[in-house]
Parts: sequence; C-alpha cells; structure tokens
Amino acid sequence: MYQTKYHKPASVDEAVAALSSAEDGKVLGGGQTLLPTMKQHLAAPTDLVDLRGIAGMDAISAADGVLTIGAGARHADVAASATVREAIPALACLAGGIGDPAVRSMGTIGGSVANNDPAADYPAAVLGLGATVVTNSREIAADDFFEGMFSTALGEDEIITAIKFPIPSSAGYTKFPNPASRYAMVGVFVAQTGGGARVAVTGAGQDGVFRAEMMENALSSSFEAGALDGATVDSRGMLSDIHGTAEYRAHLVSVMAKRAVDSAV
Amino acid sequence: MSDGIGARVERKEDKRFITGKGKYTDDVRVDNQAYAAFVRCPVAHAKINGVDSSAAMAMEGVIAVHTGPEMKEDGIGDIITGWSITSKDGSPMQCGVWNPMVTTYGRYVGDAVAVVVAETQAIARAAAELVELDYEELPASIGVEDAFQDGAAQVHENVPGNLIYDWEIGDEAAVAAALEGAHHITEMKIVNNRLSPNPMEPRSAVAIFDEAEDHYTLYTTSQNPHVARLVLSAFYNVAPEHKLRVIAPDVGGGFGSKIYIYPEEITCLWASMKTGRSVKWTSDRTEAFLTDAHGRDHVTKATMGFDAEGRIVGFKTDTLANIGAYVSLFATVTPTYLHGTLLSGCYDMPAVYGNVKAIHTNTVPVDAYRGAGRPEATYSVERMIETAAREMGMDPAELRRKNFITEFPYQTQVILQYDSGDYHKTLDMAQDIADVAGFAARKAEAASRGKLRGLGYSTFVEACGIAPSAAVGSLGAAVGLWESAEVRVNPVGSVEILTGCHSHGQGHETTFAQVVADRLGIPVDNVSVVHGDTDKVQFGMGTYGSRSGPVGMSAIVKALDKVEAKAKKIAAHTLEASEDDIVIENGEVKVAGTDKSMAWHEIGLAAYIAHNLPEGMEPGLKEAAFYDPLNFSFPAGALICEVEVDPETGVTDIVKFTAVDDFGNIINPNIVEGQVHGGVTQGIGQAMLEQVVYDDDGQMLTASYMDYCMPRADDVPSYALDHNATPSPLNPLGVKGCGEAGAIGSPPAVINAITDAIGTNDLQMPATPLAVWTALQNAKSSMAAE
Ligand SMILES: Cc1cc2nc3c(=O)[nH]c(=O)nc-3n(C[C@H](O)[C@H](O)[C@H](O)COP(=O)(O)OP(=O)(O)OC[C@H]3O[C@@H](n4cnc5c(N)ncnc54)[C@H](O)[C@@H]3O)c2cc1C
Repeated sequence: MYQTKYHKPASVDEAVAALSSAEDGKVLGGGQTLLPTMKQHLAAPTDLVDLRGIAGMDAISAADGVLTIGAGARHADVAASATVREAIPALACLAGGIGDPAVRSMGTIGGSVANNDPAADYPAAVLGLGATVVTNSREIAADDFFEGMFSTALGEDEIITAIKFPIPSSAGYTKFPNPASRYAMVGVFVAQTGGGARVAVTGAGQDGVFRAEMMENALSSSFEAGALDGATVDSRGMLSDIHGTAEYRAHLVSVMAKRAVDSAV
Repeated sequence: MSDGIGARVERKEDKRFITGKGKYTDDVRVDNQAYAAFVRCPVAHAKINGVDSSAAMAMEGVIAVHTGPEMKEDGIGDIITGWSITSKDGSPMQCGVWNPMVTTYGRYVGDAVAVVVAETQAIARAAAELVELDYEELPASIGVEDAFQDGAAQVHENVPGNLIYDWEIGDEAAVAAALEGAHHITEMKIVNNRLSPNPMEPRSAVAIFDEAEDHYTLYTTSQNPHVARLVLSAFYNVAPEHKLRVIAPDVGGGFGSKIYIYPEEITCLWASMKTGRSVKWTSDRTEAFLTDAHGRDHVTKATMGFDAEGRIVGFKTDTLANIGAYVSLFATVTPTYLHGTLLSGCYDMPAVYGNVKAIHTNTVPVDAYRGAGRPEATYSVERMIETAAREMGMDPAELRRKNFITEFPYQTQVILQYDSGDYHKTLDMAQDIADVAGFAARKAEAASRGKLRGLGYSTFVEACGIAPSAAVGSLGAAVGLWESAEVRVNPVGSVEILTGCHSHGQGHETTFAQVVADRLGIPVDNVSVVHGDTDKVQFGMGTYGSRSGPVGMSAIVKALDKVEAKAKKIAAHTLEASEDDIVIENGEVKVAGTDKSMAWHEIGLAAYIAHNLPEGMEPGLKEAAFYDPLNFSFPAGALICEVEVDPETGVTDIVKFTAVDDFGNIINPNIVEGQVHGGVTQGIGQAMLEQVVYDDDGQMLTASYMDYCMPRADDVPSYALDHNATPSPLNPLGVKGCGEAGAIGSPPAVINAITDAIGTNDLQMPATPLAVWTALQNAKSSMAAE
C-alpha cells in the first residue's frame, strides 16, 4: 500500500530537519503537481513536508530594484499583487495565465520553479529576468539553476524560500497554450535589463527552459519586434509531439517573441 | 396551459444536479461492500501465459484475484454483438470472440486480464499493480488502413485479413455510369477522426449477490438497463431475468458509450457471487479513455459527379471502418445502416453507392457515439458538395439549393424514405441570421488586421428515433426498437409515467411531464417520471439514437389515449352525460357546453374508490402502451460557421455559429436548445480539438486531458439558433429527434469555414492550430512549386 506520513513544520529549519530524517521525503507546496502524481502512483514519498505552516513564506516585497516573492506565494497572489503589478506587470500577467482558478489558488511559485516542468510558465520569467533562487542554504543564479527537464541545481533536502527578481525597464510574456493541457507549448519571456535584453523560452525546448541568444542580440541593439525579423531558434532542439512538431514550435517561438516584445511594459 | 407542449419549463431535475444532490452509481453504499480493480493488458497484442497473483493476495485487505479462464469455467458467456451484417457476396460477417476477461490473448491496451477484489478501492488498485502477467508480445495492427494491408498482423485467427464484413448499399453500376458521363467530378480522401465519448461521469457498477434469495442486483451507468438485464441474463448467463435487477440511477452523460454491457459490469456480478461480497468498481478517467467504446474512425474515398448545371448525377464512397479489437453491441450497424443510408444527404441524388469494410484492429472497440454513423455520412456529403462548389466556381449555398429535395415523402436510393422538410426556407433563415450578405465586408476588415475569414455551410438531414422493429429486424437487428410506457393516475390525481427510456442528461423528467400536463391540464409538478429500474418499469429499450422523443413520448401518448378514454367513461357515468360530450380542459373533465364538470383528481378518486363505476368497469386508472414507430424521423438543418484564422499561428477562432433546425414540433425549447448547444459543441470538438491517438505500438498517447482536448467554454461562441418546424406526419406529436443533430451537422460547417479561410481544401479533422498552420505551409509551398 501507498503510505505517506504528513508533516506540517512551523519553520524552514524544522522543515529541513523533517526532510533529512525521512526515508524518501518530499516538500509539499501547493500540491498541484505532486498530488496528481501521487494519485497516479508515479510518486510515492514516505513523508510529505507541507510548507504552508511556515509564517512569511508567501511574502511579496519590492525594494532597491528587486522584487522578492516568497516561495509559498500562490499564483493567484502573484497575479493580484499590487506590488508585482507595479514592479513587473508581465510577471503578474504570467501568473494569472497559469492553469485555472483552482490551480492558481493552490499552486506556488516555489513549487513551480522547483519542479521545472518543461512546459511551465514561471521558469521563463525566472530565466528571462535573470532572477536569483534563494534556498534555505544559498542563493542560485537563474542561469545556473535550470538543468534540463524536471531537473534543477537544488540539492537533496534543499528548500526554495524565495525568488528575487531584478526589476527590468520593461518586460513581456506571451504564451501559446497547448490546446489540451493549456500549459505553455511555447512561452517567451522578454526583458529589457541593465545588462541588455534577455529572452527565455519555455515549453519548446528539449532541455526545458532556455535563452534564445540570437534574439537577445537582436533585441539588445533595438528592443522592438521588428528587430527579431530573421532571428530564429533551431528546430533541431525543439520538442515534437502530437500538438506541435519541432518546426512548428520553432516558428511559434519567433511569433511569440515578437508578440512578447509588442506587449512589453 | 403554461406547462404544456412548447413551454419553456425549467428542468425539474436540475436542482438536484446543480446542487450536488444527484444520486449516481458511485454514490451507492451498501453493506458488505468490497471494491474491484482490473489488471489490464499492457500491450496491444499479447499471449498471456500466466497470471501470478501471489504478491497481490499477500497484501492485507485483498479478498480475491480472479481471471478469465475461471469465468469461462463458470459458464459466463462471451460478449455479443446486436446486429449481424451480411457481406455483399452474401456471406455472414466474421467477428473475433470477446471474452469478458482475457482467456488467452490480450488484444488492446486495457483489455481486462484479471480482477482484484479488496476491502477498499485504494487496496484493490495497489494490489492490481502487484499482479504479474507473464506474457509474450505479438505483432499488432493499429491504424485501420494498416490493418487492411496484405500481411497485416491478424487480430483474430478466425477473421482473415482483419475483414469483418465487406458491405454495400445502393447501385454501384448506376453510379459508375453516372460518373462516366459527369461534367465535373470531385474526389477526396476524408478521414473521420477517432473520438472518446468522455461523459462527465465515468462508468461504474455495484453488483450485489444475495445468496439467500439467489438474486442479483446491479447498479450501473447504463442508458438502457432493461437491455442490459436481457443480455446479462440471456447471453452472459449471470442469472435469469427475474433473478436479476438492473438499476441505472442518475447517469452523468452517455453519448452512446453507456449503451453497451462491458466486461467490468459482467465481472462485478460474477465476482460478487464468487466472493459473497457486494462488488463496486468505478472507472478512473484514464481507464475510461482506454476502455470506453470510442466513436467514428473512418477513412473514406469519396467521388461525386455533377452535370453542367451543377446537379449531382452520382455519389460513391468507399470506407474503411475501424471496429477495434472486438465487435461491440452496435458496432456493426453504425458504419452500415446508420451511415450508408444517409449518403444521399438532403439532396435529390439519382445514383448513390456506398461500400464499407469493417476492420479489426488492436485498439479499444469502436461503437455508436452521439450521431453514430450519421456524422460520418454528413461529413462526407457536406465536405464534398462544398469542395465541388469551389472547384466549379459556384456559390456553395446555390449548389446545395440546386440539389435540395423539395417534395416529401422522398424515397432515397439508399433505403430511407424522408418524412417531411423544407430545406430552402431553413437555409434562407440561416443565411439571414448569419448575415451572409455582409460576409465580404467582414472578410475585408479581417484581412486589414492580417486575419483570414471564412464561411462554411452544412445542410444536413439525419435519421433518428430508432426504429421500426420489423424493418430493423429484416436488416439484421437482434432486437425490436419500439418503446413502452405506463401512465399511472394516483387516487389523488397526480400522475406517474413509467418509461422504458432512460434519461442521462436529456431532461425527460421535464419533457415527459409536459406531454401529460398538456393532455390533462395539470401542472408538471403533479407528474413524475419513473425510469431506470427493471423492478419498477416494464420492459423498454432505453435511450440512444434520439429516440426518446419520437418513440418514447409516442408510447406515452398512446397510454394517455387509453387513460383519457377511461376517464371520460367515468365522467360520463358520474355526470350522467354521453361519453362523446366529455372534454378535458385545464384539469377539469367537463360536459361540453354545460357547467357540469369534475376536477381531474375526482376522476382518480372515483376510479380507485370504485363505489360508482360504469357497469363492468375495472377499478383503477392505469394504462400501458407499446409503440413501434412507422419510420425514422428526419430532422434537418442549415448550419453556418464563420471563422477567423490567424495565419501566423494557425489558431482558429469561431466568430459566429448559426444553426436553424427542423425538429418538428418542440416540446420544450429550452431543452431543445440545450441539446443543440451540447451537440454543436461536441461537433466543434471533433472538428477542431478532439482525437484519440495511438502510437505505432498501440499505446494511447491521449489517455488524459493533458493530451485529449475537450471543448471548453472559451472554445465556442454564443450560438445563434432558430427553428423551422415541419412536423413529422408519422408520430402522434409530430416531433423529430434533436439529441444528436448538433453533433451530426456541425463538423463539416466548421471545416468548410476553415478551408474557405485558408484557401486550401487539404485539411483533415481535427483542425488544430498545428494542422491549420501545416495546411497553410503546404499550400504555400505547392503554390511556389507551380
Ligand atoms: C490542471 C492544471 C493545470 C496547470 N496549468 C499550468 C500552466 O498552465 N502553467 C504552469 O506553469 N503550471 C501549470 N500547472 C502546474 C501548477 O502551476 C503547479 O502549481 C506547479 O507546477 C507546482 O507548484 P505547487 O506549489 O503546486 O507544487 P507541488 O505540487 O506541491 O510540488 C511540486 C514539486 O516541487 C517541490 N517543491 C514544492 N515547493 C518547493 C519548495 N519551496 N522548495 C523546493 N521544492 C519544492 C515538491 O517537492 C514537488 O517535487 C497546472 C497544474 C494543474 C493541476
């Protein structure tokens, strides 16, 4: 039988302790990915460590050009947050386009980033904005964090506590939803930052979220949709499935990138 | 009478449905409850050499693990098909044997191999994972065209070439001659995509064996509980009919998939006897994708010929129909008599021919799904005529008008005789509502925004209200398709209708009550409808094929005729008047032209108290009737779809959808419109979103909503609907079926609109963004090549 022990710690330290003493423990964020996987018997953790009892894990604040979102902030919180809308409207918009109201009311940014689903939305923002992932033990730059489909730099028993987003001068996100799941089949996050333009693509790449360098170079010289004419991604690195061939996805990356630039504020 | 025929009465059943108070099979809780989970064949084709249940049996809470060979030993019969088809050479069809649980060969992913019975559902499911199958994988045939190739893997030893039958309808020589002399010929390969029915409520069964009474009760998700009992008893040898009660309580949608008696229900009954426990099984969604009968899956080559004026001279189709691994209950009739007979569409075609080859594949059985055969025929006819119009440079509406049938009854070249219709006026109305005249301006405006606008038609006719028993018998049906009703007037005058139809979303509790309210002048609240329980209701055939209106309500009318006749006799006797002078109005039984009357409840009371009845009259007021229809009914309609395509992404937006239908007389416009909304939405699902995909090994790639795309509210527009009724002269209420029409008529309207927008006819369903974008790319490169 599938038995799971449930823990609800009150602090990050207690959570880490519970995880490290468990045989096969897992952190529970909003449960919107983990619980369906457990129901299908694709995951069977011995222990679930629920982070929702930890005070302050869902705090959102902006200071000194940095927007900090607690790992426990739910998608609906981020979508509705005045602080986020003020600092990075594209991020609020992205959060408001995840799943459906039930998913947004439960799912968390920490869970989404830790999970690194190749079709998830948040990884595009984290990478596209050059954010920093804060954990119980260290800070990890976005460029070092995502390591391919469902794989990240997180160590065993490491817990994401917050994400720090440098506030860009403008940013935009455009998602082409998979018709069935409505996850991103192609999602492109563009940002104009002090260090030049960044373009991150989710949903399309065989190794999960990635930066589109040719597009970044084009946009660094001129941050407008027209600059992207001729800037493409290689279809050989794209996913292919019944909803979208690699060629179609590569084409959509160009279309969504232009639309993201057009929508950037 | 405000509650009578034609009134927008609110659905009586909705309060319990929308407040979560419906009582479905999975809600049934009984003593001694145990739970079943199935061990299923993991590959498309395998020889099962052994089932090792030791690890499962060792788990705490596991009661039993049983397999197919044990079931066979106990005399449980093989699953039957309800309609025999004869091939064109006169030979009978050849079907593979379907054991409820596998005895030797598993033939599709999901084929039931063993059942685990345990104390809880969680234990049963966990234990099922521990049952080990020792199997040898065999070559499999998956796609219908591949399965019909020379040398394709054989699904069943006794079905050479996987060919179940090679059937024909119409006059092949006449069509060949007509096409020979045709002025213009249109040819197309048309694929009707495979669909999963997806009722909101998955299948479920609770089987209760009472050893002391030697009696079984089965609660199940059925569209036709009496047929289920008949088949379970006469063919599967579960128990004689009087020892088996089948109850279909609230059922959350069926769309055809709950007509059939599946392996799981049979197994639960048998397992209940084996274990002495009540056995419950409820499908999860992935199990539903893997094991509910699918729909459609035809590949058709169609040829249509025209004379110089645009009149159709002949129409021919050659179809491969995928039947799946086993032949399900109505699987044989769906591609033949429910498809081939509709190939004349609403057109006066002098020559029609259809050939259908039914093919076994290593996939889940395919059977009737909302529309059943008629959507496939309609899609072929309506795509062909629209494409032909484009090829001939004619307006597609005008080409249709040139060919419309205008006189009724109309005898087609493919068996059916249409009852009534007014196709020109229906199309006029639709063109008006859709503002076809303003389309060119809208197209130009869309083009200025970089969007491609298109407009597509479908003028369909369908045959429903199945069906005259003798006629279907002569074509191979194993049963008659009449319906029954009993009308019970209670001593206080309220009325109960017992019907052999079954409502799983159709709203019978409301519409059937309206028929009574209309007739007797009493409020619908004083009428209740009893259905879905073989212990309560006389035998009946259930609900499918849009039959509950034309057939089921006609039976009620016949029973009401008898009730009314007896009520008038009682009134005449009590009021000392002549029976011929008695009329029933507004809940009163009156002597016409006088103030002498009895209230309706006084009639009921008089009948049951029986102190003063006419000499020789039996007490009570309760009458039954069986109604066998004279013909199908033939709803028809004109649908116009307008779309806007984004050429950069291939995304299609349906900006307007107009449906003008002829359903004959309408009992409740709300309910009819709801049926059209649901049907059209499912048709849009087929046209743009839905498709079951198996990979080359026969694993289903679309076994959850992550990959199988159901229509959502934002995929469809707000529909523009109207009606142009020509009452059917063949049934007492003049009604025609409305349950399937939307799903039958809409797919070609959508595809014709999209192909109009993108300027190429080379597009198959579902027209996903990927498919539309690809069609645009192909058209571009073929233009560049020219
Ligand atoms: C119907 C549906 C539709 C969806 N649509 C979308 C969509 O359109 N776009 C999209 O991006 N996502 C979508 N999702 C996924 C959703 O956003 C999830 O909420 C998210 O992926 C996971 O977040 P969670 O908080 O629910 O994490 P959980 O499911 O609780 O956990 C996911 C994984 O992350 C780990 N984890 C959780 N929190 C932390 C933490 N703080 N530190 C370290 N590890 C942690 C868990 O151990 C687990 O391995 C959808 C989900 C559903 C059910």
